[in-house]
Parts: sequence; C-alpha cells; structure tokens
Amino acid sequence: MKVLCNGEAQEIASGTRVADYIRQLGLDIYSVVVECDGRILTREEYGSHELQDGSVLELIRFVGGG
Amino acid sequence: MLTIAGRKFRSRLFGGTGKFSSPEVMKEALAASGCEMVTVALRRIDLNNPADDIMSVLDRDRYLFLPNTSGARDADEAIRLARLARASGGGEWLKLEVTPDPRTLLPDPIETLKATELLVKEGFKVLPYMNADPILALRLQDAGAVAVMPLGSPIGTNQGVLTRFQIEIIIAQAQVPVIVDAGLGAPSHVAEAMEMGADAVLVNTAIAVAGDPVRMARAFAMAVEAGRIAYEAGLGAVSKDAAPSSPEDGLGFLR
Repeated sequence: MKVLCNGEAQEIASGTRVADYIRQLGLDIYSVVVECDGRILTREEYGSHELQDGSVLELIRFVGGG
Repeated sequence: MLTIAGRKFRSRLFGGTGKFSSPEVMKEALAASGCEMVTVALRRIDLNNPADDIMSVLDRDRYLFLPNTSGARDADEAIRLARLARASGGGEWLKLEVTPDPRTLLPDPIETLKATELLVKEGFKVLPYMNADPILALRLQDAGAVAVMPLGSPIGTNQGVLTRFQIEIIIAQAQVPVIVDAGLGAPSHVAEAMEMGADAVLVNTAIAVAGDPVRMARAFAMAVEAGRIAYEAGLGAVSKDAAPSSPEDGLGFLR
C-alpha cells in the first residue's frame, strides 16, 4: 500500500505500525514527532497506530535554528 | 540571577543552533558561550538522509531547549508548530515567531498576540519574538507571555540595536523579562543592550558564522557579563556639554 510521507509517496507493507516505519527509516523514535492525517500522535501511540493506505504522514524533528 | 517562569538562569546569553558549519563546532561554541537555553527549529526529516540528526550532539540535561515556530506565517501555523514541539519532548517552552514576510522576517504583531493568547491557555511558556513596540510588549505580557523578545534589528542582519529608543521604553515598563533578540552582530551590540537594562540577549548568526565561532562565543559571553555589571553598577549621566574630569581649582600658577 501507499502512504504519503513528508510529501513523498512511499510503498509500505500493509499492517505497518508507525513505530515499525520509523525504525525502517533507521530513526530513533524519541527524536521524531509524527503527525498522521493531521493529528499529532503521542509517543505511546507509535507502537499501536497502524498506517492505512493513503495515510498522510509528517515526520518532524528538531533542527538547528535561531 | 535571571528568572523566567520560575526557572533560574546563571547566564544572560541565550544561544541559537542554526547556521553552524558542523554539529561539533556548534557544541563547542555553545559550551564556550556558557548559555543554558538554546533555540531549536522544527522541520521535516529528510527521508533521503534520515540519519542527519545534528541535535543529538547536545546534552539535554545541560541545555534547556527553546523550540521556535520559525517558518510560521500566521497564528495557525505557529500553533501547529508549537504543538509539534511539545509532542517532540520540547516541553512547554516556546519562542513564538510569526513572520509572514520572508524579505524582512519582521513579526506580525496581530497574529503573534492571537497565538500567544491561545498557547498560554494551552499551558505553553510563551516567549514571543516581537517588533520593538512598547504597547505590544504590554499586551503580550497581559496575555501571559513569560518574557518578551523585542528585536534589535531584523533577523540575521548583524545591524545591532537599531530600536534603542523603543527598547528603553519596553525595559522601563515590562514586568516580565526583556530578551533582546535578532540582529545582534557584535559583542558591542549585546553590551549595549545589557547596559540598557535588558535581562538577556539571544544570539545565533553572529556566533555561528564567525571565522572562529568558539572564540566569538566567548567574546559574546564576556560582553553580556560586562554590560550587565555596568548596568547594575549604574552608568553616569549623558550630557551634551563637556565636564572636566580633573579639578578646575589649583591652576592659579599657570596664569
């Protein structure tokens, strides 16, 4: 199935949970904040929230800034 | 000692984390600056380079992160960024920035006030970046801002304190700490702001883009301390007419 992540179409296996997807990208779940279909997920939800076909994801993190 | 929203700060210099040439230089420069609070921004992860996490070099026990809402053009965008910052583990501290015009990066006062009112209700400790407008400073304070951050000059311009007259009024009136932010390009600029009685200053660009950011951070730290000590010691009055420093009496032998 397809999701739109950070503006890019991504092919992922059905049943993928947010925590799985973050790990597949090689990211630390504690450094990532996730907005899924317009809703900010709590970190506790990452392990249970299953991505759906057509889900729109934003993966955000802190970067340098003033 | 400076206290903001109940938290004490030994250093009156706040640092930024943007524009450094490398995470290592940033880490060393921030250590040299002695700052305890640093601004950070929120951006999308680059999926083609997801490992590029420069903030991981900073010790979160040593630095309080002050997430900013840079990039927001109106209150709604700023509020969305604020909530993301909190969900990222940024805590409740927030540097609220609403800058609709990319050429000047001047803050929108109406959207900033609107966002401050809402975010304070949501429990954020809001430090709004604002134009140096004394009336707006009072309005933001009344809305619950824990400090105000008037600009010295536009972001990244290194022009120094161009808003001196207004900042003097803000400092005289404000009940919350006044942190002069933006445009402070040299240690002399921060010394000026601190001599005027600013509670703190925030510096990013001038340190990050210096030939030697670590030494420049040290120079800024010294200037902040010098300016603060001078303010506390009490500066002499400014006058148009000269006043001799040496005695006027006892010159009878000359003429």
